[in-house]
Amino acid sequence: MAWFKKTKDLKTDRKVKIPEGLWVKCDSCKEVVYKKEIERNLKVCPKCNYHFRISARERLRLLVDEGSFIELDAEIKSGDPLHFKDAVSYKDRLKENENKSGLKEAVISGDALIKGHPVSVVVMDFFFMGGSMGSVVGEKISRIAERVNEKKQPLIIVSSSGGARMQEGIFSLMQMAKVAAAIGRLKDNGVLYISILCDPTFGGVTASFAMLGDIIIAEPKSLIGFAGPRVIEQTIKQPLPEDFQRADFLLEHGLLDIVVDRKSLKETVAKLIELLS
Amino acid sequence: MIKYYLEFEKPIEELELKIEELKRISDGKEINISGEIKKLEKKTKELRSEIFSTLTPWQKTLVARHPDRPYTLDYINLIATDFIELHGDRRFSDDPSIVGGVAKINDVPVMIIGHQKGRGTKERISRNFGQPHPEGYRKALRLMKLAEKFKRPVITFIDTPGAYPGIGAEERGQAEAIAVNLMEMSKLRIPIISIVIGEGGSGGALAISVADRVYMLEYSIYSVISPEGCAAILWKKDGHLGTEDFSRAANALKLTAQDLLSFKIIDEIILEPLGGAHRDPEGTAKKISETIVNALEELKTKTPGKLIEERYKRLRKIGIFEEGA
Repeated sequence: MAWFKKTKDLKTDRKVKIPEGLWVKCDSCKEVVYKKEIERNLKVCPKCNYHFRISARERLRLLVDEGSFIELDAEIKSGDPLHFKDAVSYKDRLKENENKSGLKEAVISGDALIKGHPVSVVVMDFFFMGGSMGSVVGEKISRIAERVNEKKQPLIIVSSSGGARMQEGIFSLMQMAKVAAAIGRLKDNGVLYISILCDPTFGGVTASFAMLGDIIIAEPKSLIGFAGPRVIEQTIKQPLPEDFQRADFLLEHGLLDIVVDRKSLKETVAKLIELLS
Repeated sequence: MIKYYLEFEKPIEELELKIEELKRISDGKEINISGEIKKLEKKTKELRSEIFSTLTPWQKTLVARHPDRPYTLDYINLIATDFIELHGDRRFSDDPSIVGGVAKINDVPVMIIGHQKGRGTKERISRNFGQPHPEGYRKALRLMKLAEKFKRPVITFIDTPGAYPGIGAEERGQAEAIAVNLMEMSKLRIPIISIVIGEGGSGGALAISVADRVYMLEYSIYSVISPEGCAAILWKKDGHLGTEDFSRAANALKLTAQDLLSFKIIDEIILEPLGGAHRDPEGTAKKISETIVNALEELKTKTPGKLIEERYKRLRKIGIFEEGA
C-alpha cells in the first residue's frame, strides 16, 4: 500500500459547496456563472458565448411570435415495435421521459408566425430521450412537410438530437429515408426549408433532414456531426482537433450557411423568409 | 484452401477434418472406407442443418460477417456480363469501399452499385473494411444519376458495418452525403432494387438502399446500430463487454432478415445454402439473379411517376405509433 494515498473522501471534503441551483458551470468554458445571469442572456454563457441546450418550449418562445404557435399532431405517441428489452422497458423509459420533459415525444410541431410570416415549425427537444428520432418524430416531420407543401409556406426545423432511436431499431433507421423523401418533395415545389442545428445534432438526424435545408444555420459552438466524437476517437485512436465538429468547424468546411447567435436567430430567419420566399 | 469456421461451427469443423483425414488415408490404398466417409458426411450434413436451423440473431450476425462470404464483386462476376467498373465522385476521390459500374444481367443493361469489403488484410485495409467515406456515397449517387439519364435500372448490394467514423469523413460531410442520397434516391426516375448480402449497417447501408424492392439474404442483417454498439450504450459499466452482451443486444434489435420480413420492411428473403452463402456462391448468385430478373420484369411496366409515387408510399407508411386523445 502506498504511504501517501489520497482517498476520494478527502477530495470531496475540500470541494467548495455551491448552493444548488444558484450557479451553473458552463459546459464549454467550465466557468461558474450566476444562473440568473445566464437566464437573462437567453441561456448563453456570458463568458464564452456557449449556447446552453434549451427545451423545445423555450425555443419556441424565442423563435416565434408570442401566442402564435398552434401545435399539430400532439397526440401521436410511440409504440414499442420491437418490445425492446433493456434494464428498463422502452415503455417505462418513454413514460419517465414524458414526466421529466413534460412532452409526449422528442419533437413539437405546428404552425406559427415569425415576425408576422406564417410558417410551420418543428422543434426537437434533447431532454426527451436525447432528442432521438423514432417513428413519432419521423411521422410528425413527414406530416408537417406534406402540409407545407400544400400551404406553400416556409418550414423551419430546429434540431437537437443524438440521432436515430435505438429502441425502435430498423423502424428508426427507416424514418431517415421517410423524412428525407418528404423533404425532397419541397425542393420540387419551391417551398423554403430552413434547418437550424443546435447543440448537439448527430447521427440519423444530421444524415437526413437536418443537412437537407435550403439554408442551414447553426448556433455558436454547437457540436454537429455524423459520428459522435467518442466513436471517432475510438476508431482512429488519435485525439481529435480542438474545434472538431463545432459549428465554426462545419462553417469552415463548407457544410453550413451561417452561424447565428441565439439573440439574432429570429431576426435572421425572418429576413431569410422575406428574401427568399 | 483453409476454411474458416465460426465458434458455433466447431463440431462441424471436427467432422469435416475427420472426413478429410479419412480421405487422405484411403487415397491410393487398398482399404475401402468410403462407407465410413459417407456416413460421416451424412452426419455432418445433419449436424449443419441442426445448427443452422436454430441460429440466434447474434450467430446470424457472425455468418453475415463471415470472412469467406461472397462480396459485391463476387456476385457481379457470377451474375452479370460485360461489367465495366466506373470510378470516382468527380469531386474528391475514388472510394474503393463502394464499387459500381454498368453491366448486363440476363441481357438487360443495368447499373450495379455495392459496398465492397476486401479479402485478405491488404485489400481489407484498402477497402476500409467496407466503410465508405462521403466520396463513396457521392460516387454512388453520380452513377445512379447516370443510370437515370440513360434509363437503366439500378441494382445495389448492401454490405457494410456502417459509414466510416473519421476526421476526413466528417470534414467532407458524411452526414450530408448520406442525407442527399436518401433524398435523391426517393426521386430517381428508374427502378431501384436493393439486396442486403451481408451487413446492413445503419445509415451507411440505407444511403444506397432506398429502393422499389428490398431483399435480404437469409443470413444477412440490417440494423440501426450494431449489436456491439447497442451493448456499449446499454450495458457498458466498466468497459467489459462479451459475447453474452452482444447476443442480448442482437436479440433486442430484431435485425435478422426474418424480423425485417415480419415487419414488412423488406419484400422477400433470398434463401442461402446450408451453412451460408460462402458454401455455394454460385447457387446463391443464381437465386439472387432470378430475384433481380423477376423484379425488373415487374418494375419495367411502371411509369417513372408511378415508381416514385409507390416508392414514396412505401417509405411513408413505415412507423409504429399510437394516435388519439
